[in-house]
Amino acid sequence: MAVAAATTTSGARPSRAGRLRPPAWIGTVPFLGYVGVFLLLPTGIVVWNAIRNPAGHLDLASLKLIFNPNVRSFFTGSIELSAVSSVVGAVLGAFLAYAVASGNPDGVVRRLYIAGSGVLTQAGGVTLAFAFNAAIGPSTGFLMHAGWYYNFPAGIALIYIYFQIPLMVLVFLPAIDGLKVQWREATESLGGSTFQYWRHVGIPLLFPAFIGATLLLFANALSAYATIQAWENQIAYTVPQQIYVAISSEVGLASNEGDVLAVGMVVLVAILMVAYAMLQRRAARWLR
Amino acid sequence: MEGLRRHYGQVVALDGVDLTLQPGELVALLGPSGCGKTTTLRLLAGLEDADGGTITVAGRDVSRLPASKRDMGMVFQAYSLFPHMTVRQNVAFGLRLRKVSKEDRDRRALQMLELVGLTEQADRYASQISGGQQQRVALARALAIEPKVLLLDEPLSALDAKVRAQLRDQIRRIQLELGITTLFVTHDQEEALAIADRVGVMREGRIEQLAPPTEVYSRPATSFVAEFVGLTNRLPGTVSSGKVTALGRTLPLVDPGTPDGPAVALVRPEAVTLASGAGQADGSPLSGTVIAITFLGATSRVTVHVGDLTIMAQLSTSDASALTAGSQVTLAIRPDPVLVSADKVAASEE
Amino acid sequence: MAAIGSLGDSLSVVQPAGQPAGQQGMQGGRRRRLNLFRYAMFTIFGLFFLLPLVAMVRFSLEGTKPGSFSTSAWTQIGSTPGLLSAIEITLELVVLTCVVVLVLLVPTMIWIRLRVQWIARIFEFLCVLPLAIPAIVLVVGLVPVYNRIERTTVSPLQLFWVYVILALPYAYRSLSAGLTAIDAVTLAEAARSLGASWATVILRVIVPNMWQGILNALLLTSALVLGEFTIAEILNYSTLPVALFNISRATANAGVLFSTSTAALLFAFILLLILSYAGRRLQRNRA
Repeated sequence: MAVAAATTTSGARPSRAGRLRPPAWIGTVPFLGYVGVFLLLPTGIVVWNAIRNPAGHLDLASLKLIFNPNVRSFFTGSIELSAVSSVVGAVLGAFLAYAVASGNPDGVVRRLYIAGSGVLTQAGGVTLAFAFNAAIGPSTGFLMHAGWYYNFPAGIALIYIYFQIPLMVLVFLPAIDGLKVQWREATESLGGSTFQYWRHVGIPLLFPAFIGATLLLFANALSAYATIQAWENQIAYTVPQQIYVAISSEVGLASNEGDVLAVGMVVLVAILMVAYAMLQRRAARWLR
Repeated sequence: MEGLRRHYGQVVALDGVDLTLQPGELVALLGPSGCGKTTTLRLLAGLEDADGGTITVAGRDVSRLPASKRDMGMVFQAYSLFPHMTVRQNVAFGLRLRKVSKEDRDRRALQMLELVGLTEQADRYASQISGGQQQRVALARALAIEPKVLLLDEPLSALDAKVRAQLRDQIRRIQLELGITTLFVTHDQEEALAIADRVGVMREGRIEQLAPPTEVYSRPATSFVAEFVGLTNRLPGTVSSGKVTALGRTLPLVDPGTPDGPAVALVRPEAVTLASGAGQADGSPLSGTVIAITFLGATSRVTVHVGDLTIMAQLSTSDASALTAGSQVTLAIRPDPVLVSADKVAASEE
Repeated sequence: MAAIGSLGDSLSVVQPAGQPAGQQGMQGGRRRRLNLFRYAMFTIFGLFFLLPLVAMVRFSLEGTKPGSFSTSAWTQIGSTPGLLSAIEITLELVVLTCVVVLVLLVPTMIWIRLRVQWIARIFEFLCVLPLAIPAIVLVVGLVPVYNRIERTTVSPLQLFWVYVILALPYAYRSLSAGLTAIDAVTLAEAARSLGASWATVILRVIVPNMWQGILNALLLTSALVLGEFTIAEILNYSTLPVALFNISRATANAGVLFSTSTAALLFAFILLLILSYAGRRLQRNRA
């Protein structure tokens, strides 16, 4: 009795009763429809509006808005903030990740830190800004009154770093786990010191994963909105903040500045994600 | 190595191990998982610290010396090649750590690759070569630094059977050619017997016997060794005045001083001979029925029921071809000295 | 907060599969140095992460005079206008989003994995796409969509439509890891060869074995919804983060901000611990 080879059907097949059964992929239609309406459609709307002029005709000139010096300052601000928070977050996070990875794989500490990282990195919303305000705000800080708290990017970068480090731990931990203990021992038995191990083996192997993770952190920071709004929403420093201004003000509603900024952001983030994916693949080849 | 002790929390891994390697000899440590053979190797390598005992190399006490200063070459079971380096770079790595110039490094690396027969793969990466080739590279890498001792931790266990046999012989050949003192850990007794100058059978943190392969096989020191190395028939019998009587036959004992009483005689399948026919010419009760014949190539193993005992005999395949399942046979046991185990007759430890 | 690539992976595989740099077979001196390093790291980072939280808790317990103790911040949670309803809305959104995510993804993913494998890559791409389209961008295009929705219902709960999208990458990763871990295809083939219908296969064979992945997905989705601010604010719905934000704009350091935030954080953390613990029990049972 033949076993039903059930896994590769596509296209209609006649059933025993002679009726056509619908093809299996029909089962994915609800999902595709949902994603179409709530993800692809809005994105399409944004792009559509970005390449139109106020009269509604196709006009790529709108995109030139990005090169407008005012607008450019938002991108610069975003990039500056994201670069600082992602690089610092990545380096610090890497050390922390190593500390977590080199412990008992079953232990309480590891589990606690991973759980904590999951919470802290998502908690980087408005609540985080409040907490930092409470801790080091210039007028009411509990630990200190940091005069630089409302400086850009110093104060907000610190807050970003707070949720970037846990993200780094989560993303980079698998890479460190992938460093096989045999490599370390082989280096040792060949006469290598700890420093030589890291220099010739550890760091080169971790490098792609590290850069990839940093890019991920960078994209994460670029997209962040809630935290910086809660920190200071009177002045727009970053692109997300300016998008808010653009779509909620009178002037903004008439122009398509918000859409153009949004498109700029998406392009930037998309490039980062592609680079990240490529680096991940390289890292996985060595470290899995 | 003397009096080596090691424990992990409550678990005792090594319980007083004494082992001396003569220059140029290959000693194989053989035993089941958890017996401590790998721990012994790692202590020698310096990858772990002993809780007791000393380790001396060429007269120098290295017990406190870290692995990187012990000048030993190590080959791991698997995964030890650096994935981001080519074969050549892997082999030259030890020399690079010692600040040897690039020219000299490459020259020596190629020399080593020639030794293991992999010069063509020099510029490939670990993921591009087979498991057996990877282990040869690992060997080349360990030898490139001209270590005093070569340590192999189950290097063949992760490989296919055919590759295993080839590589095993190659390792032995290289070891003899270079005359390098070697410690080889394995759980495969065939491997150990085939290539070692001496075999150390270990169990639960102690060495039960340390002797050349032929001795370990034909004159096992303990019943554990007898049963771990090669196949053994367990025949219930009685010891009296320095001989054991089992299945109606009286056999001399390896240890004539064994106290009288019931015991289990350990008899190798090769010592059992079969003749077809149920005739009991000399009246001895050794008649049985063949239940299975296992073809092993040049020899065959014939399993026979005698009463309620199951006995294995090893015959040449041509002799065995005369028999079929169900036929009646007469057994005889060669009067070689046997070992007895004092375990209860019915018990059979697995 | 978008872009958490392997968050789902990391949470659903708390224990590494291969040979991590554990400490069992290590040389004494090196182990000592390593432990020193580890404890130094944990202390430093522990402090860094705890301090703002401590400050938050402290502020939530402070009275009108600095240094005095008072639980008014906590009781105010009930009395501040709009706050309780915002909390309620957010919690309802959490549940709603979680349910829809599961209903949408679990059957679809199982179906794809078992019957329509060629779609898998497109599906994965779509699920990960939200990471590349930040919420702030998405919301710009959502305004007209939600305008349409608001013609029929004006309720913050309608946010769930887009929250599901935001949760897709994380939920997908968790569920996918769960499906792979149990080798769903082989299980399904075995069940089918024993005569089970597709419904039985999905409901009685696959899903019960997927609890780990499902729990992970739920947890990540909940954390996301609890903290989501961007879309809710711009679309003008009053969820918890939005309410807190508005309060903070009115009174810079209102005590109630800190008490609510502390509560929310605690809630999320407890959820995570439960999940991690439940995950370990499931793993033990199965192994």
